[in-house]
Amino acid sequence: MTGSSFLVQVVALARRSTVRTLRQPAVLISALLFPMMFFSINASGLDAASRLPGFPDAPYLDFAFAFPLVQASLFGAITAGSDLARDIENGFFDRLSLTPMRPAALLSGMLTGVVALGLIQGVVFLAFGLLMGVTISSGIPGMLVIVALTVLVALAFGGLGAMLAIRTGSVEAVESAFPLFFVAIFMSSINLPRNLIEQDWFRFIATVNPISYLVEGIRSLVITGWDAQALLLGFGCAAAIVVLAISGAAASMRTRVA
Amino acid sequence: MGSFFQVAWAVAGRQTYKYFTNPAFLAPALFPLFFFVAFAGGLTRVGDIPGFNYAAGYIAFQYVWALLQAVTMGGAFTGFSIASDFENGFARRLMLAASNRYGIILGYTLASIVRAFMTGALVTVLALVTGMPITGGFDFFGLIALAVLANIAATLFGAGIAMLLRTQQAGPVIRTPIFLVLFLAPVFVPLNLLTGWIETVARLNPFTAILDASRGFLAGDPQNVPQAFAISAALILILSFWAVFGLRQAEKAG
Repeated sequence: MTGSSFLVQVVALARRSTVRTLRQPAVLISALLFPMMFFSINASGLDAASRLPGFPDAPYLDFAFAFPLVQASLFGAITAGSDLARDIENGFFDRLSLTPMRPAALLSGMLTGVVALGLIQGVVFLAFGLLMGVTISSGIPGMLVIVALTVLVALAFGGLGAMLAIRTGSVEAVESAFPLFFVAIFMSSINLPRNLIEQDWFRFIATVNPISYLVEGIRSLVITGWDAQALLLGFGCAAAIVVLAISGAAASMRTRVA
Repeated sequence: MGSFFQVAWAVAGRQTYKYFTNPAFLAPALFPLFFFVAFAGGLTRVGDIPGFNYAAGYIAFQYVWALLQAVTMGGAFTGFSIASDFENGFARRLMLAASNRYGIILGYTLASIVRAFMTGALVTVLALVTGMPITGGFDFFGLIALAVLANIAATLFGAGIAMLLRTQQAGPVIRTPIFLVLFLAPVFVPLNLLTGWIETVARLNPFTAILDASRGFLAGDPQNVPQAFAISAALILILSFWAVFGLRQAEKAG
C-alpha cells in the first residue's frame, strides 16, 4: 500500500463524508442555526452581566462569541460520530474491511469531513458575528487564528465522536452522548469569566474543564487582542484532545477490525 | 359524558403505567436539571447586577425557570408518546375502540400532569439540596398551580401536533417552539434588566407573565397574578381547540 493510494482512499472517504453531510439539510441547518440562535439569545439575555465589577472591558456580545463556535463543533462531532456508527450498524464498515481499503483511511476520511464542516461553521459564524456587531480586537489575522482554532476544536470533538462510534458501533450511544458534551460546555467559563464564578465547586469544575481554555483562547482574540498565554492554553488543550481522541479512535479501530 | 371520563381514565392509566415502567421515565427532567445546575451554579454573581431585585436570590430565580421548563418539556414528551402511539398502530386501535374520542385528549393530559409532578419534584429536590430558600410560604402553591397550567398548555400543543403529523419525526416540531418560548423570556435576569430585541420579544412572550408571577410566588411577593392565570387559561382554551383539530385530522386520516 503506497502513500499515494492511502491518500486517494482518504480523499474518497472525505468526499463521501462531506457530501453525506451536505445532503442532509436538517443536519446542516441545525449545525448552523442552533448555535447562532443560542448565541443571540444568550448574548442579549446576559448583556447586563457586563455591568458586574471585574467583567472584562467589552460588551457581552463580544464575550459570548466563543459560544457558537464551540457549540457548533459539538454538533459536528455528534453528526460525524453518528454517521460513522451508522456505517458500522448497516454493514458498510464490514464490507469496507473486505476491500484493500485501510481502516485508518476511513477514520481520516471521516475526520476530514469534520474539518470541512468546522471550516464552514467557523467562516459562517465569523460573518454572522461581525454582522451582529462583534468586534475582533486582534483584527483580520486574529480572525484567521479563530477559524484555525475552531477547526482544531472541531477535530478534537470529532475525534471523541469517532472514538465513541467505533467503540460502541451504535448511533443511539453516540446520540446519547450529546447531553454529556453539552453539560461539559456549560460547566466551563462559557457564560462568565472564571474569576466571577461565585460557587467554589463550579469554579473548580470550570478550571479543570479543558473546554474553558478552548473558549478562553477564542475569547482572548475577540476581546483582548493577542494573549500568548490564553492562545497557548487554547491550542495546547485542543491539540491534546485531538491526540488523545484520535489515538483512542485508532486503538478502537484496530480492535474492531481484528 | 360518562364515556368521556371512562376513556380519559383508561388512557391516563395506560400512559401512567407506561411512563413508570419505562427506565427512561425521568429523561424530560435531565435538561432542566442540567440547565439549573449550569445557570444557578455558574451565574450566581449575576444576582449582584445593579437593579437585580429578586428577594429570594439567584438560585431561586433560576429554579422557577427550570421548574417551568421541566413541566413544559414533560408536556412535549407526552406529545412524543402520542406520536409513537400513532406510529405503532395503538392510537388507531384506540380511536376505533373509544366511545368518546375527546376523552383521549383528556387522558393524555392527565397522564402528563403525573409526569410533570415527577419531573417537577426532582428539580425541586435538587434546588432545595443546593440551598434554595422558600420565602413565599403558602404562595408556593400558586407556583405549583401555574406550573400545572403550563404543563397542560404544553401537552395540548404537543398533542395537536402529534395527532396532526402522526409520526415520531414530529419531535422537533413539538420541542423547538416550546424551547424558543422558554428561552425568549427573562431567563437570566428580570425583565427590567433586558435591553434590545430580547426585551421586546420577552414583553410580547405570554410565558414572561407566567414566569414573573411564578417567581413572585416563590419570593412571597406575588405580582401580576390575575394576568398570569388569565394568560394560562387563554392558552389552554386555544390549545384545546388545537388538540381537537389535531384529533379530527387524525380521524379523517383513518
